[in-house]
Amino acid sequence: MTMKMSAQTAVADDVQDPSSQSTDSAEAKPTANYAEIIYNGIWKNNPALVQLLGLCPMLAVTSTVVNALGLGLATLVVLVGSNIAVSIIRNYVSEAVRLPAFVMIIASFTTSIELIMQAYTYELYQILGIFIPLIVTNCAILGRADAFASRNPILPSAIDGLMMGLGFMVILVALGAMRELIGQGTLFSDMHLLFGDMALHWKLTVFQNYPNVLFAILPPGAFIGLGLLIAGKNYFDEKEKKRIAAAKAEAGPAESKRVRVTGQAG
Amino acid sequence: MALLRISSPHAQRAGHRTSWVMQMVILATVPGILVQTWLFGFGTLINVVIACLTALASEALILLIRKRSVAFFLKDYSALLTAVLLGVALPPVVPWWVTVTAVGFAIIFAKQLYGGLGNNPFNPAMVGYAIVLVSFPVPMSQWLGHTSLTTSGETLSFLQSLQAIFHHLPSIDGYTMATPLDGFKHKDLLDSDAAFNTIPALQAASVNAWLWINLAYLIGGLGLLWLRIITWHTPVAFLSGLLLMSGVFYVIDPSLFASPVFHLATGAAMFGAFFIATDPVSSCTSNRGKLIYGLGIGILIYIIRTWGGYPDGVAFGVLLMNFAAPLIDYYTQPRSYGHSKAKKGLKFGEDK
Repeated sequence: MTMKMSAQTAVADDVQDPSSQSTDSAEAKPTANYAEIIYNGIWKNNPALVQLLGLCPMLAVTSTVVNALGLGLATLVVLVGSNIAVSIIRNYVSEAVRLPAFVMIIASFTTSIELIMQAYTYELYQILGIFIPLIVTNCAILGRADAFASRNPILPSAIDGLMMGLGFMVILVALGAMRELIGQGTLFSDMHLLFGDMALHWKLTVFQNYPNVLFAILPPGAFIGLGLLIAGKNYFDEKEKKRIAAAKAEAGPAESKRVRVTGQAG
Repeated sequence: MALLRISSPHAQRAGHRTSWVMQMVILATVPGILVQTWLFGFGTLINVVIACLTALASEALILLIRKRSVAFFLKDYSALLTAVLLGVALPPVVPWWVTVTAVGFAIIFAKQLYGGLGNNPFNPAMVGYAIVLVSFPVPMSQWLGHTSLTTSGETLSFLQSLQAIFHHLPSIDGYTMATPLDGFKHKDLLDSDAAFNTIPALQAASVNAWLWINLAYLIGGLGLLWLRIITWHTPVAFLSGLLLMSGVFYVIDPSLFASPVFHLATGAAMFGAFFIATDPVSSCTSNRGKLIYGLGIGILIYIIRTWGGYPDGVAFGVLLMNFAAPLIDYYTQPRSYGHSKAKKGLKFGEDK
């Protein structure tokens, strides 16, 4: 348990402080722990709930599920692509120019995505507007490139990008669903913008004759929705912590019975 | 920035208990409620009842979730006060779910999530009001008109009010009309004199109705001053800010801007000055701070009324100045007795 905790903390430190990246950037971890990468991306270090990166697109475009899903998918693809590319060049780019190089890579992927969306999902492209090019400035992507992909082999980097992107997308879609449900009383409206004609009838009208709650669709509603999601995550984490502590206490203290161990529960 | 920690400003009222203060403020709204009921029917009273029930239920719910003593906190009347203030601020025939949303949001999000009474940075009643004003613009603009001006020519009966609030009342259009502020805002290209002659909402009967309401709240507010529950600083600064702005612009161009009297006697001017801006928790605590705070609200209200998107700006003015209140307090610390120089703010690196 302690071993696992310390490893996780190390990853967390890397993410929160990319500048701490030291000279050992070429050092690859001997065996990549995929379970941990997945856990980190989806839950423990979730870019949207824990790192709070990429807040701007998250708050701006999540007024409906389809907008959230569109931007989430675009970010996911850019994240996976940039992580792979950065991982490939990690041993050939010098320390001094690494950040410009990363940004160039991310910008190229973003431009490709933008062109693809313009070609295949033109209406969604117009709705998302400036937030597609702004994927370049999403700190979550640069953060992963610098903290993970630049010091890990290709496969773990790709998995990390995928999981971080999924974690981001899941929260985006959850927030979009919340805001769409409260704001308009529907779910999955206009999904054909993303999935074509087969999605024309996906719209679920949850409440009939619903008065539109404009507040939930406006950005302040997004802040409150995100706050509730973070509170929910913290609540589950706290509960889980208590459960583990209780299980530990049940197993019985390993120490001598005479010693009173007060701080053990924590 | 480390903010000043001023402990429980709502509990420092001449040795009185919080519940007494809250009860007195609720009582002070009675003249206003009576006048509103007299002019606009029973809608206001029904709103207040719905609001109170919602407030007690949501406060109790959150207290249970937070594992706090429910009875103790319900008995301080603060939730009821928020509910009463919201109930009278909402239009009299607003559908019941608007009231419930406003009060629920005010109590749960604006008050309890911040830690309950004494910890809320924003005035809960105004947060609730702003939320429903932004979310449901149509029902929120349905004010009743004075009987001599509406097409039906009578006030809503008690049953009709109930019907309008809980069920759709088809004849409601015969009773509603724009408020004077709304009417003046949408005078478009008319100059002031023409507007006051032609627009129904600006006829003498309509303007006088709002004058009566404002006078009633002024009386209630003076009662609060007399009981020393509030100090004169905030309301006086608030009203002078409004007076100053409207006076200056009225002198510049009387044909385009309304007179200061019109601004002071319509909308929520008096209600805001005495009941909303003086909320001890979310406003400034020092006397000089209160002057700046009130002045800011008055100026903001005039700006929002004249150039903003909404006819009245009390809620937004108060909320914006609530943002600024901690900073104002920071720079207006009073001189403590026996010390020569007032301390203005903190310097960087200074330990506090």
